[in-house]
Amino acid sequence: MTGDWQARFKEIFGIKWPKLLESLGQTVYMLGWALLIGAVIGLGLALLLVLCRKGGLRQNRAVHAVVNAYVNIVRSMPFIITLVFVFPLTRLIVGKTYGSTAMLVPLVIYISPYMARLIENSLLEVSPGVIEAALAMGATTWQIVLRFLLPEALPSIVLAMTTGTVGLLGATAMAGYVGGGGVGDLALTYGYQRYNFPLLILTVVILVIFVQLLQLLGSRISGRLRRNK
Amino acid sequence: MIEIDHAVKTFDDGRREVHALRDVSLRVEKGDIYGIVGFSGAGKSTLLRLVNGLEKPDSGTVRVAGQDISALGSRELLRLRRRIGMVFQQFNLLERKTVRHNVALPLLLAGTPRQEAERRVKDVLRFVELEDKENAYVSQLSGGQKQRVGIARALATSPEILLCDEATSALDPQTTESILLLLRRVNREMGVTILLITHQMQVIQMICNKVAVMEHGKIVEEGSVLDVFGMPRQEVTRRFVRTVINDRIPEKFVSVVRDERRNQQVELLKFIGDSVKEPLIAELCRMQGLEVNILGANIQQLQDTVMSVFILQLIGGDEAISQAEERIDGAGALRERMVLEA
Repeated sequence: MTGDWQARFKEIFGIKWPKLLESLGQTVYMLGWALLIGAVIGLGLALLLVLCRKGGLRQNRAVHAVVNAYVNIVRSMPFIITLVFVFPLTRLIVGKTYGSTAMLVPLVIYISPYMARLIENSLLEVSPGVIEAALAMGATTWQIVLRFLLPEALPSIVLAMTTGTVGLLGATAMAGYVGGGGVGDLALTYGYQRYNFPLLILTVVILVIFVQLLQLLGSRISGRLRRNK
Repeated sequence: MIEIDHAVKTFDDGRREVHALRDVSLRVEKGDIYGIVGFSGAGKSTLLRLVNGLEKPDSGTVRVAGQDISALGSRELLRLRRRIGMVFQQFNLLERKTVRHNVALPLLLAGTPRQEAERRVKDVLRFVELEDKENAYVSQLSGGQKQRVGIARALATSPEILLCDEATSALDPQTTESILLLLRRVNREMGVTILLITHQMQVIQMICNKVAVMEHGKIVEEGSVLDVFGMPRQEVTRRFVRTVINDRIPEKFVSVVRDERRNQQVELLKFIGDSVKEPLIAELCRMQGLEVNILGANIQQLQDTVMSVFILQLIGGDEAISQAEERIDGAGALRERMVLEA
């Protein structure tokens, strides 16, 4: 009776606690790194889009056309396709095509153009008057980006990245299916394939909580930035 | 200080061509407060932006402080821009930053040493009377205060030229006046040459010594403010001058002139400065066979002098009227015969 109870305590909906925690850890790992790398690349692409666009500070049709096309093409591919499509690249970079680290490659490739579009929109919201004032002060392009464009767009960029992160969370679940681990993997292998319906529900609840927390955090930070400083 | 010769600028937005500047030439001397007035779309703002290279002319030359702008490399252009301050209608400040941050920005960009920059920020903030708002956020300030921050920012790098793009157009009349007085102090106490564009003739009247009137991408009239206000030649100039100095017969008096059956002549008189001291009107009233009606009078301060406008109805024989006209011309007044529009 007590043993039964202890066994029950060690497990939740048919899986052991360490397994659940491991899955959570893998999700956070994939989410965190893909977000960090993806946001940096996305920011770079967004700056290229904004600076090189028609009427931009460094108007350059060729660069804009190439970046724009790249962003559109990658964005139009479903993640599950991107995932298998970039297997050769993944193997080249990481050495294998399974595991959380290997999954970072498709995740970054998937999320960075998405981030680029979102951040591009944020940057375009910055008042042209402020940019003109910066130019009139004799600011270089680099100074305008660092001192005017990014600080002015920051609250909006944080919100954009929050939206991007939620999208990324969905992608990490799919990455789990091809061996990335994480909460998504848990749901599919242990929940769906073993007909463990309660576990499936648990993973959904976990993902919902994740999204809620991310959104709350993003809105908080953005709001604080917007208020002042 | 600023020499623009035969500047032409056409914008092509794909659907149609917009001729912003059609052969515009302009001379601004050191120490001037030069005003360019015109309705929106006249090309003023393009003309202003030629001076700091924010716009490049399709043809023609722009020389600032002896340097041909089109010949400057990008680094030299940046350096020149630091010698030219610019103030905007919508202030264009970083709203979420402090006043100090905003004013210090141009110094930061120019690589001014920190201590020197801090001192300079304090100095210019004192000059614009905002020293107590140093740590306030721009978003907390009123429109007038924001424009003072804008002016302080423009002055931070000690420029020789200040460009004002409709600097008072977003402000109420009282605030406008205080900002204009501040600009005059910038000109007089700091020796900064000011080129401003506006659609408000009061701005020109209050602080400018020279004025150019723009219409459809051309300067149609220019000169000293006294000359242009006293003798506007173009219709558009008359319309602008009329917004501050009324030279029309008041509506209610039109019938007085129309219903007069005796021989009469309506005269528009303008006096500038000292000539107003002579008791001309009193003399006219004493003339034999002449009756004088004052239909309108308007006295305005223009820079350091006064301009008075009178509309007189002279009634009497042709001879008496021409004698009166001689007397008026002798007194140094600008005189025009007015004809009632049918």
